[in-house]
Amino acid sequence: MIRYIIRRLLISIPILLIGSFACYVLVATAGNPLAEMRFRPGVTEADIKAAEISLGLDKPVFVRYWNWLTDFLSGDWGQSIALGQAKTAVFPAVTDALWTTGRLVIGAELLALTLGVSVGVLAAVRQYSIFDYLATSTAFLMFSMPIFCVAVIVKNYGIQFNNVLESMGLDRWLTTAGPRPGGFSGSFGEVIFKYTGTFLLPTIALMLISFAAYSRFERASMLEILHSDFVRTARAKGISQSRVIFRHAFRNALIPVATLFSLNFGAVLSGAIITETVFGWAGMGTLLVNSVRQFDPPMLMGWLAVTATLIVLFNLVADVVYGILDPRIRLG
Amino acid sequence: MANINLASEGGVVNSAPQSDAHEFDATKTRTQGQLVLRRFLRHRLAMVSFGVFVFLVLFAFVGPLIWTYDFEDVSSKAYQPMSGTHPLGTTQVGKDMLALLMRGTGYSLQIALIVAALATAIGVIFGALAGYLRGFVDTALMRLVDLLLIIPQIAVAAIVVKGFSGSWYVVALVLAAFAWMQIARITRGETLSLSQREFIEAARACGATTPRIIFKHLVPNMIGSITVNATLAIATAVLTEAALSFLGLGVQPPDTSLGVIVLENYGQFLNRPWLFWGPFIVLVSLSLAVNFIGDGLRDAFDPRQTKVRA
Repeated sequence: MIRYIIRRLLISIPILLIGSFACYVLVATAGNPLAEMRFRPGVTEADIKAAEISLGLDKPVFVRYWNWLTDFLSGDWGQSIALGQAKTAVFPAVTDALWTTGRLVIGAELLALTLGVSVGVLAAVRQYSIFDYLATSTAFLMFSMPIFCVAVIVKNYGIQFNNVLESMGLDRWLTTAGPRPGGFSGSFGEVIFKYTGTFLLPTIALMLISFAAYSRFERASMLEILHSDFVRTARAKGISQSRVIFRHAFRNALIPVATLFSLNFGAVLSGAIITETVFGWAGMGTLLVNSVRQFDPPMLMGWLAVTATLIVLFNLVADVVYGILDPRIRLG
Repeated sequence: MANINLASEGGVVNSAPQSDAHEFDATKTRTQGQLVLRRFLRHRLAMVSFGVFVFLVLFAFVGPLIWTYDFEDVSSKAYQPMSGTHPLGTTQVGKDMLALLMRGTGYSLQIALIVAALATAIGVIFGALAGYLRGFVDTALMRLVDLLLIIPQIAVAAIVVKGFSGSWYVVALVLAAFAWMQIARITRGETLSLSQREFIEAARACGATTPRIIFKHLVPNMIGSITVNATLAIATAVLTEAALSFLGLGVQPPDTSLGVIVLENYGQFLNRPWLFWGPFIVLVSLSLAVNFIGDGLRDAFDPRQTKVRA
């Protein structure tokens, strides 16, 4: 197993290198970060030349990539070069954004997984029941629903809920415009109250999106297993229904869902980007949108490198989990 | 398999069979294509969805010719409620929402169809080549897929749109660059198993060239899954394009699309809900319809996989 993990990590190094080079070339050809400088009053051609040299833009793209790569690997991720901004360092900006997104995503994904698996198992055990039809049609509808529409709807009903609370003389509970800066204070109960108020709506939006896929997947794999020979044998031996379902079928039906859970990272990330934008969280999504708008190559490269590495790691986790859950799969 | 289908549902037995010997002649023979079409036409949900899809296409491309307002016409008053002259009201700058929706649906459809066509063409060619030639070509393809999988599409699309242009066809090209992998994987998998079969071996023994084997022998045998996945690619493209445009990273004005319309109007959700629900309903019905058509096609091409849905 350890040998397998090491080999996979070694294979992913060239992929990451080529990927980062492709990204670098793309970012370098997509635009000139100094383009806006020309339109500023009092900026002479010499100033632009000086800025170009200080940013290394006069060198060929290979050299620039090499410099970026060596700096990046030695921990110097560079500084934002967007105009009109204090020169924020890339590393803290990206890690802060990642932390914000991570807090939001992990909770929502775990909830979605639990709920999706339960609904999927129930729908498979009671196949063609009203519950099954309801779960199936809901999942299908959620599949066809644009993520941002789900987020917008959830957000606006949250605002209306707040208005109702306010008309009853209570405080507005649900936060619809980003987490409060500086964390939460007060007694333990108050902190819990504020915490849930802040997280509830984006979590629901993200959860609804992932839930559909998990429940569909779990239902399909559970159905397949319930109709397999070893389940029939277990039943024939007189093992109780609940034991058959939980000990024999459920554990096997979890395998594909566990893989989906770890492979889903890319999709979850784009879902999180949209949810964050709607709810005004300063996470990876906001960082990407802002860096593209202001055209900030160092920030974009930091963003891309972090997400690409995470995706590679999650894919590896998916394969390892698969090997642990299903001993028939031999890794190596 | 074809025979079983003929007997079970395709075969209309003549009402007056003269003798057992003539019974086979009385059975109307149908080609594979006719069988598939027949099964699709009998798939109720798929036919309803097909109707919805045709309606949306007409709405997008014939609608603007009939409707009185142009989508660029800003002469109306801003934020009018729903009325006879403006069935869906007007937007902040006084554009007629219905005209805007027609135009947006048109662009969204155009993008989705181009993405699906490009992705299918690239995916089938790459997938079939990799599965048939194996070895170096296969490894190279899988590495390319690995590479594209680790770069988030949303970021690449955003950078390209910012750097080059936000015209609808640029968005379509970027989406296609990421959409072909799914189809390539499926084609590759099917090619791997098909190319072990005797008829491919026979074709090779007869001296058929690689392109001939791929396009005359392999692709016709995979047409079912290719069609189904091409349809599903349309649905995915509609949603991805809308999401990108909603973030302001996709289609840029003066072009418009359903995502752009939602982006410009979702702030009015509480005060003028129709400005949100109009594009929302068009978007959801478009993607639902295409998904159901894909489902119907899947059932039609492979009746063994028929799934019962609510």
